[in-house]
Amino acid sequence: MIKKILKKVNSDGAFSLVKQVSAQVLESQEKYNSYITLTLDRASKRAQEIDSLLNAGKNPGPLAGIPVALKDNLLYSGEKMTCGSKILENYFSPYTGTAVEKLEEAGAIVIGKTNMDEFAMGSSGETSYFGPTKNPLHPDRVPGGSSSGSAAAVASGDVPIALGSDTGGSVRQPASFCGVCGLRPTYGRISRYGLSALASSIDQIGVLASSVEDTALVYSLISGHDPKDSTSLNEKGYELSDSIEEGVKGLKIGIPKEYMGETLHSEIRERILEISNKLVSAGAEVKEISLPSLEQALATYYIIAPAEISSNLARYDGVRYGFRAPEAQTLEEMYIESRTQGFGPEVKRRILLGTSILSSGNYESYYLKALKVRSMIKKEFEKIFSSIDLIFSPTTPTPPFKFGEVKDPMEMSMADSYTIPSSLAGLPAMSVPVGSIEKNLPVGAQLIGGTFSEPTIFRCARFMEKIYES
Amino acid sequence: MSPDYIVTIGLEVHVHLDTKTKLFCSCPNITGGEPNTRICPVCTGQPGALPVFNERVLFQAVLAALAINCRINHRSIFARKQYFYPDMPTNYQITQHELPIAEKGHLGGTGINRLHIEEDAGKLIHTGGSSLVDLNRASAPLIEIVTEPEITSPQEAGDFLRNLRQILRYAGVSDCDMEKGSMRCDANISLRKNQDDPLGVKSELKNLNSFRSVEMALDYEILRQSEILSSGGEVIQETRLWDEDSLRTKGMRTKEESDDYRFFSDPDLPPLLVGEDFVEEVATYLPEMPDARKNRFVTEFGLSEYDAGVLTQEKDTADYFEEALKVCGLKQSKMLASWLSVEVAGQLNALGVSMSDNPVKPAHLGSLVREISQGNVSGTMAKDIFAEMFETGFSPENIIEKKGLKQINSEDEINAFCEKVLKDNPDLVEKYLDGKHGVLGAMVGQVMKESRGQANPKKVNETLRRLIEKFQ
Repeated sequence: MIKKILKKVNSDGAFSLVKQVSAQVLESQEKYNSYITLTLDRASKRAQEIDSLLNAGKNPGPLAGIPVALKDNLLYSGEKMTCGSKILENYFSPYTGTAVEKLEEAGAIVIGKTNMDEFAMGSSGETSYFGPTKNPLHPDRVPGGSSSGSAAAVASGDVPIALGSDTGGSVRQPASFCGVCGLRPTYGRISRYGLSALASSIDQIGVLASSVEDTALVYSLISGHDPKDSTSLNEKGYELSDSIEEGVKGLKIGIPKEYMGETLHSEIRERILEISNKLVSAGAEVKEISLPSLEQALATYYIIAPAEISSNLARYDGVRYGFRAPEAQTLEEMYIESRTQGFGPEVKRRILLGTSILSSGNYESYYLKALKVRSMIKKEFEKIFSSIDLIFSPTTPTPPFKFGEVKDPMEMSMADSYTIPSSLAGLPAMSVPVGSIEKNLPVGAQLIGGTFSEPTIFRCARFMEKIYES
Repeated sequence: MSPDYIVTIGLEVHVHLDTKTKLFCSCPNITGGEPNTRICPVCTGQPGALPVFNERVLFQAVLAALAINCRINHRSIFARKQYFYPDMPTNYQITQHELPIAEKGHLGGTGINRLHIEEDAGKLIHTGGSSLVDLNRASAPLIEIVTEPEITSPQEAGDFLRNLRQILRYAGVSDCDMEKGSMRCDANISLRKNQDDPLGVKSELKNLNSFRSVEMALDYEILRQSEILSSGGEVIQETRLWDEDSLRTKGMRTKEESDDYRFFSDPDLPPLLVGEDFVEEVATYLPEMPDARKNRFVTEFGLSEYDAGVLTQEKDTADYFEEALKVCGLKQSKMLASWLSVEVAGQLNALGVSMSDNPVKPAHLGSLVREISQGNVSGTMAKDIFAEMFETGFSPENIIEKKGLKQINSEDEINAFCEKVLKDNPDLVEKYLDGKHGVLGAMVGQVMKESRGQANPKKVNETLRRLIEKFQ
């Protein structure tokens, strides 16, 4: 897709493209509510700059004139950044984060900040203070979350690529629900500087894109070490090569039986088995494996993530920036009222849970224990990847559901049950669209690899993408 | 003070480290200034901003730890200490909890439990009816030094602090100025009846802004606690604030009211790893410590205990002395000591200038002393020259040359002055010849006046005698 648009930029200019995109964005915003803030005027100016570079015979970069959308928990200097929350409704970013900076340096044009579950807590987009985003493929259904607007913006064709963030599955799950590609890289590959923290030890910026090729291109441009993020890995970024077309011959692929159990939608199971056969025909070795820690992984995630959330969100207190309850008379009232009115119910639920988990008395029996289980899960994955190249599974147990259909938070968390284990282990994983099932609902296949195995993931994802390309 | 009880004191000392930039961002690490001018996304707790550890802090913290004989942990962990307060932008302080950078040291006779690195908070400015936040100091680097609870008197606590201050200033890690807040101290104190009893219930004293207030607050607290205990009451565990006006401690919060800090490892910062080779390298930057230096000043330079003590009190002064001594020579050590501790220190004190800002270079003071010792400059002239040196920063040679102040030692010149005075004062010559030798002083005075103070008085004296003899 990017290649096609680059050609268009070269022939018609970035300004004319942005004009066209702007019209479409305004229309789709009306239909799907994919954005919280639009930056179309700024995009036009950027397009003019890029055009004058092109006209002067200069190369504005590999993404020259490509429109992109940013999840609204990424900082982009001078623009609003709300995290989908009332508490940051009027917060303007004082700086630009590293990944966004790299995108702009490559010539990309930011057209807007996308809608999301409040502070990335949710799997349907429904917890956003700015109203839910609709799934462009099925507007009566949720787009998934928390990167709901980014997935929708790519699915509706507004932009070929968007950035999201993935903690428990917030890139992969909406990618699956919207029929687009979604990559969560190895923890530490993309700098977190300029990503509002949810659970710092799990958060990663991810890429949503309309093709595997585009995903790989963007990943190559924004990955790599960043001295501003102490948890960023001290390795060179991913380098783009033609290896995504190499096919799957000789790859050893495992399907975890725990991911294929009773709760899995039957048509999705069939789709996975269908792909499995095609992998074998193409020369891959596919076998059933076991990931016994699936259940503990969910429990562990719902201890570690809230603990970090309760700490990371303590800064939203009405003192320096963000919403401050106007009627508060004392410092304590200001804290309590600003946070009570500023945060939605899901956010408050997790802050309270995390605060309780870290309290003396609970710290050892919950938090420390969860850390131990987490390292056990990491070891389990390491062991698996000593004998196979990739894990293959559905991205979600169900296709996208209807608005209001899933009300119980525990049930909602099941939407992330297949994506959480690899998140905890810090491993790269990607959701790739593999056609649709009943009622034309999209299905996503998940590929999980060992540390730095993104190139292998792209290769296999490209193979699957080709099967279902219309 | 309280013979009925055994006093147990432990200190928690915060020291602001001297570094160019803050602990987790590149903002300048300078106290004061126009509020909120040394801030950035990191130290104001903006969303998405991440802390990056300043390696210079590691050097300074390890240096401090070695200076008080601590063991360095090769792996230490940053943790978040969580509580809400408006001067703390993230509502958690990054500190070290379970694994500090250093442990188990000692200074003087006092054991050090631990030394850890942490960030400072900002400052609240209370104006009529509202409070403002200044974040210039937010995320400035601190070390916290915690002693074992084994100090037994307020005097001993004060001595420990003075000693710690001197050592850390020597090591160059901080200026340790309690008034400016670059050294802060909280004190825990409890009383018990017998040596075998477990430690009593303690109170933690805060707002101690000088060594003197540490001692006074502890004295007061001994009285307060012993009164409670003697009357059969129980001390409650609480934090108490020292009130400089009423000279009392006042209850601030009890243990039940204190926060649960919900410590956990900071997921934004990997473990701090320190290799043995780094520790060894830092150790080479440890200067000779005050006691050792004082002894060397006595044995090597032949100074009195007192002079050596005065000169080694501050590292800058001791460095200055040794630098100057190279120029004037070892034999003049006592004269140099006196010049440095009387003239130089006097001038600096009068102007409130520190030794490091002394306008007189050590080599210049050394050459002044050398000139005096070689008889080229008289004591009185030297004082004038010094005043000029202090004012202009010029070398003594330069001033002597320019003002033509050099002592006149040439026989011919002195002869000429003396002959003129004898010729102009026949009455004095007569009196001298009559045996009234006391008038010689008046004649010397005349010569000095004629030579504008430059003639060598000793030589004038000899010459006058010799010339008068000829008159006979």
